Amino acid sequence: MTEAATTPSLDTRTEAPARNQWWDVWDQFKTHKGAVMGACFFIFIVLAVYVGPWIWSIDPTYIDIRARNQGSSFAHPFGTDQLGRDMLARMMAGGQTSISVGLTAMGLALFLGTLVGVLAGYFKRIDGLLMRTTDLFLALPLLPLLLVMVMLFRQPLSASFGPETGIFILIVIAIGITSWMPTARIVRGDVLALKEREFVLAARSIGTRPGRMILRHVLPNVMSPIMVSATLGIATAIITESALSFLGLGFPPDFPTWGRLLFDATDFMQQHPQRVMWPGLAISLTVLAVNYMGDGLRDALDPRIRGL
Amino acid sequence: MLTYTIRRLFTAIPTLIFISLIIFLLLDMAPGDPTASLPLTIPPEVREQIRQSLGMGEPVHIRYLLWLKQMVWSEPMFYLSQSVSWIDTPDAARLISWQTRAPVLDTVFERIPQTLMVVGLAYVVGVLIALPIGVISAYRQYSVFDQAGTFVSMIGFSIPPFFSGVLMIILFTVMMPNDSFWWFPSIYDTTLVVDSWENFGKQVRQMVLPVMVLALQTTAQISRFMRASMLDNLNQDYVRTARAKGMTESVVVLKHVLRNSMIPVITVIALGIPAIFGGAIITEQIFKVNGIGQLLIVSIQGSDVPMVQTLTFIFAVLIVFFNLIADILYGILDPRIRYD
Repeated sequence: MTEAATTPSLDTRTEAPARNQWWDVWDQFKTHKGAVMGACFFIFIVLAVYVGPWIWSIDPTYIDIRARNQGSSFAHPFGTDQLGRDMLARMMAGGQTSISVGLTAMGLALFLGTLVGVLAGYFKRIDGLLMRTTDLFLALPLLPLLLVMVMLFRQPLSASFGPETGIFILIVIAIGITSWMPTARIVRGDVLALKEREFVLAARSIGTRPGRMILRHVLPNVMSPIMVSATLGIATAIITESALSFLGLGFPPDFPTWGRLLFDATDFMQQHPQRVMWPGLAISLTVLAVNYMGDGLRDALDPRIRGL
Repeated sequence: MLTYTIRRLFTAIPTLIFISLIIFLLLDMAPGDPTASLPLTIPPEVREQIRQSLGMGEPVHIRYLLWLKQMVWSEPMFYLSQSVSWIDTPDAARLISWQTRAPVLDTVFERIPQTLMVVGLAYVVGVLIALPIGVISAYRQYSVFDQAGTFVSMIGFSIPPFFSGVLMIILFTVMMPNDSFWWFPSIYDTTLVVDSWENFGKQVRQMVLPVMVLALQTTAQISRFMRASMLDNLNQDYVRTARAKGMTESVVVLKHVLRNSMIPVITVIALGIPAIFGGAIITEQIFKVNGIGQLLIVSIQGSDVPMVQTLTFIFAVLIVFFNLIADILYGILDPRIRYD
C-alpha cells in the first residue's frame, strides 16, 4: 500500500468539500428550470393526495344528496358530483390510486426491463432469444391486449383478492408486462458497451463471478438510463391506467381514480363542464411535470452535457 | 435489397403466427359463453348443440389451426371469389361473430372506412404540421419559436386524448354558441352521405374535432423527431462544404439537410401508423365514431371472442406490416444501411 497525499496542505483543492457524482448531477439538474418546477409540482401532488386527506377529512364516498351538483364554494372547493360527494376528497382518493398504480407499474416494468436488458447484454448465449422476445412484445397491439387482459382476469382476481386489490394487482401487472421493452433495449445497449471497458476486464481477471459483477459493476453504471426510463414510465403508466378507467374497464365505479372521475364527469359535460376539468388537469399536469423532470434528469445524467 | 426484403418478409411471418397464437390462447381463457346471450328458455341439450356448432367442442390446438386456416385461407378466398369470377366460392363456413351472427370480416370492412377517414386524415394533417415546425425549430434553435414548439409538443405528449378530446368538446360544442362558425358537432354521424356541397361541408365539420385531437399527438411526436434529426445534420461537415461553395441558405437547408434528415423521420412516420390505430380506440369512443376501435370496445364488453380475436390480429398485422415497411424504406433511402 502506498500512502496517498502525504502533504495535504499543498493541495489547494482540499478546501472544497468532498463531492461525488450525484452532487454534480444535482447541480446540473438545478439549472434546468422546467425540471425543477416539474419535480416541485410532482412532490406537491404526491403530498396533496397522500397527506391531503388528513387535513381535508371529508369521506370521498359520503353521499349528501341535497348538496349535489354544486359549484366551487368554501364547503366544497372543487364542487360536488351528481350524488353530492365532495370532489376535492374524491380527487385526493383518486390521485392516491392513480399515482400508486403509476409508481408500482413503473417499478414492475423497470424491474422486468432491467432484468431482461442486463441478462441479454451480459450473457451472449441468451441475447438472441431475449431480444427476439422483446421484439415480439413490441409487435403486440398493446392497448387492445390490455383491454382483453382486464376483461378476462377481472372476475377471478376480484374474487380472490377483493374488488379493489384484485383490480389494482391486475392493472399493475398488465401495465408492467406491456411496457418493459424500451427499458430492456436501452439497458442492453449500455451493458454491451460497458462489457468492453477495462474495469470490467480487470474485475473479471481477479475472478469476479457474473452475479457479483452485475450487481457491483454493471448495474450502478446503467443507473442513468434506468432513472430516465423510470420517470417516463410513471407518465405512461398513469396515462394507461386513466385510459383503461376512461374506457370503463378499470377500477369499479365506486372506487375513484382520476381516469374514472373524468369518465363519470363526461356524462354531465353539458351542464357541469368544470367537473371534467379537475381530473383532466390533474392527469395532464402530473404527466407534464414528470416529463419535464425526465427531461432535466436526462440532461443532468449525460456526462457530455454535465461538464459544461 | 431484394434478398433483404425477402428475408425480412420471412421473419415477419413467424412473428405474426406467434402473435396470433398468443392472442388466441389469451382469449381462449375467456369466461364468456357464446350462448349466454340467448334466451333462457332454450333447453340445455340444445344449448350444448349450439356450442358444438360454434366449434367449442374441439381441443385448443385444433381450434387454433382451424382459426388460422380460416383467417389466412378461407376468408381471403371468399373475398377473391366475390371480386373475380373464375374462383369458386369456398365451401368453408365464414367466421361468425357471436354478437351479431354476421361474418366478422364483413363487419370489420364496414367499419374500416370511418376509421381510415378520421385517423388517416388526422395522421396526414399531423405530419404536415409537424415537419415545418421541426425544421424551423432546428434551424432557429433556442429561439422563441423553438421554445414555443418544445412547449406545445410537451403538452401534446402530456395531455392524453381522453382529456384533450373532452376539452375540445367543451370548448367547441358546449361553450360555443350553436349558430357560430366555430361550433363543431361532437358526435360523428356515419349515416351522412356526401352527395352535395352542403353535406360535404357537414362531413368536414364533423371531422374537425377528432382530427384535431389525434393530430395534436402526432404533431408533438413527429416535430420533436424532425427537430432532433435536423440538428444532427446541421452540424455536419457537408453542410459547411455546401455553404462554402456559395449555395444559398434555402438550398442548403431544404435540399441538403432536409433530405438527409428525412431518412429517420420517414421510418418513424411509418412506425407510428399502427400506434395511431391503437390510440384511435379512445378518440373514436369520445366522438362516437363507429370505426374499428369502437367495434373492439363493444366486442370486448360483449365477450364476442371471434370479433376481438380478429380485430386484435388485424392490429398485430398492421404493426408487423408497417415495421417491415419502415425497415425496407430505411434500406432504400439510406444506401449505407443495406444488410445484404
